[in-house]
Amino acid sequence: MNYESVSHFAQTWGLVYFALLFGLVLLYALWPANQKKFDDAARMPLNEGPLDDEPIGKGEKL
Amino acid sequence: MSATGSRNGIGLDVLTVGVVLIGLALVSLFLSANTHDPLMKVHAVIFLGAFTLGIAALAMRIAGGLHFDQSRYEEGVIKAGVIATVFWGIVGFLVGLVIASQLAFPNLLYFDEIGWLNFGRLRPVHTSAVIFAFGGNALMATSFYVVQRTCHARLAGGIWPWFVFWGYQLFIVLAATGYVSGITQSKEYAEPEWHVDIWLTIVWVAYLLVFLGTLWKRKVKHIYVANWFYLSFIVTVAMLHIINNLSIPVGLTESKSYSLFAGVQDAMTQWWYGHNAVGFFLTSGFLGMMYYFIPKRAERPVYSYRLSIVHFWSLIFIYIWAGPHHLHYTALPMWAQTLGMTFSIILWMPSWGGMINGLMTLSGAWDKLRTDPVMRMLVVSVAFYGMSTFEGPVMSIRAVNSLSHYTDWTIGHVHSGALGWVAYVSFGAMYCLVPWLWKRKRLYSNALVEWHFWISTVGIVFYITSMWVSGIMQGLMWRAYNSFGFLEYSFVETVEAMHPYYVIRAAGGGLFLIGAFIMAYNLWRTARGDQRAGENVPDAMPLASAIAPAR
Repeated sequence: MNYESVSHFAQTWGLVYFALLFGLVLLYALWPANQKKFDDAARMPLNEGPLDDEPIGKGEKL
Repeated sequence: MSATGSRNGIGLDVLTVGVVLIGLALVSLFLSANTHDPLMKVHAVIFLGAFTLGIAALAMRIAGGLHFDQSRYEEGVIKAGVIATVFWGIVGFLVGLVIASQLAFPNLLYFDEIGWLNFGRLRPVHTSAVIFAFGGNALMATSFYVVQRTCHARLAGGIWPWFVFWGYQLFIVLAATGYVSGITQSKEYAEPEWHVDIWLTIVWVAYLLVFLGTLWKRKVKHIYVANWFYLSFIVTVAMLHIINNLSIPVGLTESKSYSLFAGVQDAMTQWWYGHNAVGFFLTSGFLGMMYYFIPKRAERPVYSYRLSIVHFWSLIFIYIWAGPHHLHYTALPMWAQTLGMTFSIILWMPSWGGMINGLMTLSGAWDKLRTDPVMRMLVVSVAFYGMSTFEGPVMSIRAVNSLSHYTDWTIGHVHSGALGWVAYVSFGAMYCLVPWLWKRKRLYSNALVEWHFWISTVGIVFYITSMWVSGIMQGLMWRAYNSFGFLEYSFVETVEAMHPYYVIRAAGGGLFLIGAFIMAYNLWRTARGDQRAGENVPDAMPLASAIAPAR
């Protein structure tokens, strides 16, 4: 393994690797069966969850 | 431990924090007694004082009866993070104003015999204070808030989040005292020396474990996209920090160390780190903030969750390769420069995908831009994100870089991202968080948010426009030749020509600082539960379970 071979590998197979990864990401994101899951996930910030907030501190004025 | 995991008293978390604090207190005691390096001695004493205070604080917490209620969200450490964010923000902006004024008026705070307040020492204080102290605390506070609320679980690790919070403040104090007294390894954004780097590594790994632990015990199946962004920020910063700071200290009681890398490898490692500090600290983490606070504030779902997935994976896979664009026309091999440039240009796509996703989340709630200045601040931050992520790729093109590199254009670009994007999204998050955490129905004053918004925006515009003019002028003057083939201008002539722009830049920074003071006042009054007379402020939070009535 020398500099030439490493740089050649990075400039060829690196591209293939990235293109494949991007394809996988697109497949996951656009897969029709995932739509329901993602529609629900898009609303996650709007749901506070079942836990309570901290009680108001002793020293704090209302 | 009860079935729900709630507990009182000492657990494994308290024991481990105690052992770490006592162990490190002994190490720093040894260090302070044995070092001959006066700079190291100062740091050893700060370490020792901090660990002693930490042990005392832990003992008081134990005496006060530890209580971790798993049916409630942990909010105390987030409140502390909000206070620290505002405090360090003001410190960082103030030091920024000082060094901007020093550039315009070089005799300001310049002392022949004492170097402590020289531009060269204060400049890293400014950059570290705004990036790591202000930005870092904003990221920690919001990540702890967001991960709990989107995982439906209390923060993991018991007392450990408090170790992370105070440990991080200690890192900031060590970094800043080191810079002014002359401890630096001269790597941009990675100036702290090896002993401070090791401390940050300990704190950061604890942060990672707290975050991962909370994800691990989540009650919902899907991990929300904001948590992915926060996680990529934490993991990548750990990797960057460790690799870029690989060095060999001169001695175990000396503050000086030498990098493991040399020459162009060292430069490449540094800018791999440096650019990804931008990519993962100043972008990825704050995108996590965007993906929570914008939908929350707008009360709208994320515009396209699919786009957010493509945004996330493409952003993190592309950003990591963009660093070589900092080394155009250097000893770095040409193909590596081209690689960095190409990835920087490709990066435009995920960046703008994210920007569109943030902006379009307002679909159906655009009226809030007019009525809610906090919403406007968040949206303008995303607009600045779009602008600076367009400007960045342009500047990374080798031909453009030949003009822009080493000039003020770069400084202007950084500040359109730092002031416009990072600070504005953080301000927006702080305006959201204070009423939520202190259980106030609304902010003290909307009018003051308006004042903050407009004063700061004018400040940013002053800053970036003056730096564009100054930077391009500087670049053109450097490359100007006369008819005999000699350089047209001497270096000092370019400095002289930039003076008016430096004054305008300092004025812009001053306005930005005034805006931050207005915010601090508004948030303080909000936390106290005050309401400004004669104002009809909309409710900040329709959902919180325990809202206190206004005074």
